[in-house]
Amino acid sequence: MIKHAKSKALYDTFERKGTGQKVSHYCPGCGHGTVHNLIAEALVDLGITDRTVFMSPVGCSVFAYYYFDVGNFQCAHGRAPAVATGVRRVLENAVVISYQGDGDLAGIGTAEILHAANRGENITVFFVNNAIYGMTGGQMAPTTLVGQKTLTTPAGRSLTRDGGPIGMAEVMNALKTPVYIERVSLGTPQGVMKTRKAVKRGLSYQVEKRGFSFVEILSPCPINWKMDPGSSRKWITEHLEPVFPVQKFRDVQSGTAAPEVPKQPKVLKGKALLKMLQGESAITELTESAMKEDQFVKIAGFGGQGVLSAGMFLAKGAIAEGLNASWLPSYGPEMRGGKAYASVILSRKQIGSPVVEKPNVLLAMNLPSLLAFEEDVQPGGVILVNSSIIDRKVTRDDVTALYVPASDIAKSGGLIAASNMVMLTVYLAYTGTLQVETIKKMIPQNVKRKEHVEKNLAIVDASIAYLKEQGLLKT
Amino acid sequence: MNYAKIDPNLCKGCRVCINSCPKHCILLGDSINEIGYQYAQFVPGSPCTACGICFYVCPEFGAVTVFKDEEDANG
Repeated sequence: MIKHAKSKALYDTFERKGTGQKVSHYCPGCGHGTVHNLIAEALVDLGITDRTVFMSPVGCSVFAYYYFDVGNFQCAHGRAPAVATGVRRVLENAVVISYQGDGDLAGIGTAEILHAANRGENITVFFVNNAIYGMTGGQMAPTTLVGQKTLTTPAGRSLTRDGGPIGMAEVMNALKTPVYIERVSLGTPQGVMKTRKAVKRGLSYQVEKRGFSFVEILSPCPINWKMDPGSSRKWITEHLEPVFPVQKFRDVQSGTAAPEVPKQPKVLKGKALLKMLQGESAITELTESAMKEDQFVKIAGFGGQGVLSAGMFLAKGAIAEGLNASWLPSYGPEMRGGKAYASVILSRKQIGSPVVEKPNVLLAMNLPSLLAFEEDVQPGGVILVNSSIIDRKVTRDDVTALYVPASDIAKSGGLIAASNMVMLTVYLAYTGTLQVETIKKMIPQNVKRKEHVEKNLAIVDASIAYLKEQGLLKT
Repeated sequence: MNYAKIDPNLCKGCRVCINSCPKHCILLGDSINEIGYQYAQFVPGSPCTACGICFYVCPEFGAVTVFKDEEDANG
C-alpha cells in the first residue's frame, strides 16, 4: 500500500512549459521543492486545500501557482504580506499563506512583513532563507553571512560596510502580536521532519484563528552557493545554523506569550457597503437607472470651480442608482486657478479603463476647456457650456450644444461655488441619466460645509426651473 | 516488502535521498533520463522500513513514492 505519495494539493501536470511536464523548474537539490511538498501535504492533512489562497512572491518561487492547486496571487516584490492582509480582511474563511524568500521578505519587503506581523494578521508566513538573492544569480541579501562570498560581495560580506545578517525570526520575536515563531532547517533529514511539523503547526494555528504565524526555513541554494546538493546541506548545519539558531521562539501553547487574537473587521457587502460609501439617505432603492447609454463624461474648468468634486458627485450618484462608475481626476499642482478636469464613466457593465478619450458628454466650465475638448466629443454627444463666462459658441453641428449661465444661476442662489452643481443638474435632467432626486438626497452627505446644504438644494431647483423656462425639459 | 519507487524521469539526481536514507537503500544509476540527469534508483531487496525520509527530503514533486508492506502494516 502507498504510504507516502505526491500530495493532491499539487497539480498532476504543470503547464508551465507546455503540457505533459511533471518536473519542477527548480534546480537539482533546491530547498523550495521540499518546502512545497511539505506545505502541500499539510494542506491535504488539514483539509483546507479548497479554501487556501497562496501568495507567490518574487524570486525563484514566483511560479508556485504552477504547482499548487489552490487560489493564488502573484505579489509585487516584498508585498506578499500586504496582499495577504487584503485577502484576510475580505475572505473570512480563507487560509492565507505568504511564501517568501529572504531577499523578498527581509530586504525588499521589510516594511510589509513587519507591519503585517505587528497587526497580528491571521496569516501564515513561510520564510525560505537561503542567505542570498537566488533568482537573480546569487547577490548579497540582508541574510548573507559576514564573510560570505556572493556575486556582489566577491571578497565576502563586510559587517562594517554591508551590515550583518538579519535574523528575521528574532525580529518577529520582538513584536507582541505573533502567536507562533519558529526557525527550522533543511540541513538534515531530521531537520526536514521538524520543518514538516512546523509547517503544519503554522497552518493549523491559522485555521484555529489564533493569529500570525512565522516559520523561517533555512534552505539550500546549491547552484548559487556553488556546491553540490549534499555539501549545501552540510553548509547549512555548519555555517547558517550557528548564525540563525534553529529554535522555537514563540508558541502560545507553551505560554511564552499570549496576545489576544485580533478581531477581523466585518466585511460589508451590497447595500451596506453603499451606505458606508454614500451616507444612508443617498441610497435610492436601486431601481433601474434610466441611463440610455454608457456615459463618457469630461468635466473641465479651472481648479476651484468644483470640477473634480462634480465628477465625484456624479460617480457616487451613479453608484447609488446601481450603475458602475469610475472617476479619474487630473489637475495641476496649483490649489486654485490651474486647469483641472475629471473623467467619469458610467456603465451597466464593468468598466475597464477609466480614461475618457472620446467623451459623449462635455461639461465645459471655462473657455480653455471648451477649446481643448470640443473636438474630442463623439458625434451626437452633448456639450454644456457655462455661458456666464464663455462667450464663444460651439463650432460643430454634429453635437448638441446647451448654453447654461451656470455661474449666474449659482450667484443668484447665493453660492457662486455651486456653478458645478448647476452644470451637473442640467446635464442629468436634460439627458435623464440620473434622477434629480438622487442628487438632492446626496447633497447633505457630500457638501462639506453644512451651511451650504440648503443653498445647494435651492440651486438644484433653480437649475431645473431654468431648464423648464428654456423648454429643454421633456416631462 | 517495503520499498520506494523513484520515477526515473522526475529525478534530477541531486542525491539528497541517497544521502538521507538511514538504510542505504538508494543508489545513483549510470543511465541518463529524459531530462538529462543520472537518476536515483531503489535497490531491490534492500532493508527499506518505509520511513518516508527519502520522500520528504526529495525536492521534486512526486518523484518518490513509498510503499509499505500490507502485512507489515497490520502486524
